Amino acid sequence: MPGLIGRKIGMTQIFAENGTAIPVTVVAAGPCPVVQVKTIERDGYAAVQLAYDVVPARKLTRPQLGHLQKREVEPHRVLREFRTEETGGEIAAGAVLDVTIFAPGDRIDVVGRTKGRGFQGVVRRHGFHGGPETHGCKTHDQPGSIGASASPARVVKGKKLPGQMGAGRKTIRNLRVVNVDKERNLLVIRGAVPGCRNSLVLVRKIAGETQEG
Amino acid sequence: MDVLRNVEAPHLKGELPKFGSGDTVRVAVRVVEGEKVRAQLFQGVVIARSGSGTRETFTVRKISDGVAVERVFPVHSPNVTEIEVIRRGRVRRAKLTYLRGRKGRSARIRERAYDGRIKHPAPKPAAVPEVAAEDGGDAAAAEQ
Repeated sequence: MPGLIGRKIGMTQIFAENGTAIPVTVVAAGPCPVVQVKTIERDGYAAVQLAYDVVPARKLTRPQLGHLQKREVEPHRVLREFRTEETGGEIAAGAVLDVTIFAPGDRIDVVGRTKGRGFQGVVRRHGFHGGPETHGCKTHDQPGSIGASASPARVVKGKKLPGQMGAGRKTIRNLRVVNVDKERNLLVIRGAVPGCRNSLVLVRKIAGETQEG
Repeated sequence: MDVLRNVEAPHLKGELPKFGSGDTVRVAVRVVEGEKVRAQLFQGVVIARSGSGTRETFTVRKISDGVAVERVFPVHSPNVTEIEVIRRGRVRRAKLTYLRGRKGRSARIRERAYDGRIKHPAPKPAAVPEVAAEDGGDAAAAEQ
């Protein structure tokens, strides 16, 4: 089973039986109808296209509506693809995935768009230490030297410099599902998830080998 | 936010005595020491409540062997097994941080006269902790 599209609701904490407080993020995920199954033969890669968030038909463009109507799926705001194994043929178009594809204890990856922090300097963006605040120092929040002189006579690629911070796609791997609420379509996930409240997130089973933790 | 409340609901304690800043309470905390589980008691004045839902906490202050000890308890933690209100205090603010600079007479809190809006807890038999009750004062003081 590939994954689900959802929205981050917010964070809180719940208590384990032994009294430990567990920090959790609540995500409203699915139900997500399968709109299209992409195959290697026809599309060059294997994936399923899922829809999320039912909206009135007037919210969509005609091409979008046509795409969904052709597959007899209600108008949805969001379409996303999840890559599947080559043999991922067990999911048929028309199926509807919901939070029951996950169970408490499952390991998942969560993809989201991080909160935008605007154009930030190196101290905030990359954790540089900056200069001393006192003792006559005049550079408190500067990157310092960004390279040598005549050789190499350029700034190396990938040098950490000021720039846009946040508002990018980020995947948090190997999170744990704490609880699944089928009635309310909720996933309770241990730990933090990228993005602000109500931002779109993708939840999927862990990719590849990961450590128990 | 309603959704979050729903998620928190099963983790909230249904029955809780009403208490707030200025009240003197005795808190029983479940302490696991190796194989043994016992209840540690901590008695003092509530000087703050903060947060809401499962994250709500309260701060209890007491003077233990001349050393002031403040402990923050999560209201809804299963480890906080009992909260007993010993005395209702009359105070005029929510956070009693002013107590920190005071001791002796000036740190007193007057008992609240009967207030019809608040039900005084019925006198209950002494708390019967799961294994053995000990005053947590020494342990708490040692932590300082």
